[in-house]
Amino acid sequence: MPTGDAQQSNSSILDRSQLDLLFGALAERGYHIVGPRVRDGAIVYDDVASSADLPVGWKDEQDGGKYRLVRRNDEAVFGYAVGPHSWKRYLHPPLVRLWQATRKPGGFEVTPEPINPQKTAFIGVRSCEIHAIQIQDKVFLGGPHVDVAYKARRENAFLVALNCGQAGGTCFCVSMKTGPKAQSGFDLALTEVIEKERHYFLLEAGSDAGAEVLSALTLEPAGPEELAAAERVVKNTAAHMGRALDTDGIKDLLYRNYENPRWDQVANRCLTCANCTMVCPTCFCTTVEDVTDLGGEHAERRQKWDSCFTLDFSYIHGGSVRPSARSRYRQWMTHKLGTWIDQFGTSGCVGCGRCITWCPVGIDITEETRAIRESETAPKRSAREDANGD
Amino acid sequence: MSATPINPLVPEPWKVQRVHRDTADTFTMELESAGGKRELPFAAGQFNMLYVYGVGEVPISISGNPTKPSSIVHTTREVGPVTSALRKLKPSDHLGLRGPFGVGWPVVEARGADVVIVAGGIGLAPLRPALYQLLAARNYYGKVVLLYGTRTPADILFRKELQNWHSRFDLEVHVTVDRAMGNWNGNVGVVTTLIPRAPFDPHSTVAMVCGPEVMMRFTVQELEKRGVGLENIYLSMERNMKCAAGFCGHCQFGPAFICRDGPVFRYDHVQPLMAVREV
Ligand SMILES: Cc1cc2nc3c(=O)[nH]c(=O)nc-3n(C[C@H](O)[C@H](O)[C@H](O)COP(=O)(O)OP(=O)(O)OC[C@H]3O[C@@H](n4cnc5c(N)ncnc54)[C@H](O)[C@@H]3O)c2cc1C
Ligand code: SF4
Ligand code: SF4
Ligand code: FES
Repeated sequence: MPTGDAQQSNSSILDRSQLDLLFGALAERGYHIVGPRVRDGAIVYDDVASSADLPVGWKDEQDGGKYRLVRRNDEAVFGYAVGPHSWKRYLHPPLVRLWQATRKPGGFEVTPEPINPQKTAFIGVRSCEIHAIQIQDKVFLGGPHVDVAYKARRENAFLVALNCGQAGGTCFCVSMKTGPKAQSGFDLALTEVIEKERHYFLLEAGSDAGAEVLSALTLEPAGPEELAAAERVVKNTAAHMGRALDTDGIKDLLYRNYENPRWDQVANRCLTCANCTMVCPTCFCTTVEDVTDLGGEHAERRQKWDSCFTLDFSYIHGGSVRPSARSRYRQWMTHKLGTWIDQFGTSGCVGCGRCITWCPVGIDITEETRAIRESETAPKRSAREDANGD
Repeated sequence: MSATPINPLVPEPWKVQRVHRDTADTFTMELESAGGKRELPFAAGQFNMLYVYGVGEVPISISGNPTKPSSIVHTTREVGPVTSALRKLKPSDHLGLRGPFGVGWPVVEARGADVVIVAGGIGLAPLRPALYQLLAARNYYGKVVLLYGTRTPADILFRKELQNWHSRFDLEVHVTVDRAMGNWNGNVGVVTTLIPRAPFDPHSTVAMVCGPEVMMRFTVQELEKRGVGLENIYLSMERNMKCAAGFCGHCQFGPAFICRDGPVFRYDHVQPLMAVREV
């Protein structure tokens, strides 16, 4: 960005020592605050009371099937990438009751679950995660039917974004055009800058609600130096992506390759454990459970996260439609990167890398895509191999 | 168009008016709103989610007459826990209903053409509303042909109605069974064997097909052999369904959500995926 523009920017400087002012301002406005914290060797999202609860001085090392927290050699507050949790656990929770019913003479009465979400502020939402939220918005709000509970939760969320200062080992948001800098869709955005003598955040507003909080904090405006420093932070992150994925013509690539033998290879490794779908911030599938009490006076329906990796998922009378691991992995990946585009006008993958990191056997969506792409050019390669052989 | 409730996930109580046993495993149920008179306008081929208190919920097509939406009719084959609990309901019992959902048969689009309806087993149920509508506006169509196949004569649904239809001049009805028993003197063989001789003009025909997936595949082959354009063949697809509102992901068939984009599809739109196993 040219610094000329930047001088007119309405970004402010929030010193590291002032971070709790932001917590205070959000609490004052009635927001329940959730953010990253260290638990059981991972950075997860949970209630946070102040900046002391954040993962100060930690970073994560990530690779296929590997995740490890290590100390940083600085006191960065947000010096990690993303962990096993995503914000969908708040906006589209793993388990919700949809309604309750009670028996009454001649029938029963249905009471929909009351919709009264708590105002919640999310601290440290990555750009890829904002995109994931916007993708779920399309699923639950963009079709002919609206998920009214999701809508209410979404309207009551205040997003404090964090422009990434560190790419994870499995990140590929640059390929998916979803990061590492949040361009829109947030209320406030932070960029963490750590210099020799100075540790501060660049804070900018992305909505009226965010602007109101920002003005109440009465901070110093950012100057060209700080703006440039923040810009360097995200540029550096963008230059250090752990993975890359070529999205060129990807939908048609997958539509052409339903019968690619690569699906058999990946199926040999895939445990159909469903980890990838649980950690994925865009995966939205659910099932329902109808339960009653012993006397049958009370019944209710619960909606729970489900996964296309289970055998039950596609069960119809007579058996599962996708009995093989091959067809289930194919369903998942083809949905993420292909059919999603036809369904919602966007990819279903934001390049957060969670499915790679949390797959117990390290199956890598970028590698699987590459293998399928390369298999289409394989004849050329095998011709070359032939030529090289005797 | 439809009276889908604001919260599409919450069922509304409906009351069983009448139950009729069609065959050993299939029954037809007429429902009226439990909250006083209420019409539920629907299109032929749409379905409802029916909830049996404390047991569970299943998608069931509407088998009644779209021109008489004050009574909602469903024809169900008992195959498992929820459908058997449905079967046990008696007049004045309540059940939960959400719907109607989905895109139905191209009854209006077919005006001016011959219409051939090919049904296998319980597949006749979702097609019956289309037949009612065709007959209610009979002048708009050329020939109307119903080809219906069941396993045995005992499995034939809507017998009386079939007989009435059979005696009409403006409707051709052909029924066949896989295995004849007792005093059956009609056709024997799978329903696709009726297609080559059926009286319709293949170049101006809309076909509506519902039955088990294999039956639909072979039906399409036969129709294609007769020269019916693939863009004039429509099928009703089946997948697991939990929400019927496009939220739960269960009903996906490639890029389609069957609950929302179907269950009725134009064949040429699903053709590439029909050829792939386990989609
Ligand atoms: C759009 C649509 C319309 C249908 N219309 C009719 C109809 O008019 N008449 C009729 O008899 N049947 C119809 N079916 C099939 C009917 O929904 C299943 O037979 C029923 O769900 C079986 O449930 P069950 O609990 O009795 O048996 P099980 O086979 O034990 O089912 C257990 C659970 O699996 C799921 N399931 C099983 N089979 C199916 C299936 N075919 N489709 C979706 N989910 C399934 C359900 O969640 C069910 O509760 C229709 C299905 C769909 C998708
Ligand atoms: S598919 Fe994998 S990389 Fe893409 S958004 Fe989901 S978890 Fe992240
Ligand atoms: S790809 Fe990995 S995480 Fe996903 S189901 Fe298979 S083994 Fe589990
Ligand atoms: S049944 Fe849930 S998305 Fe179609």
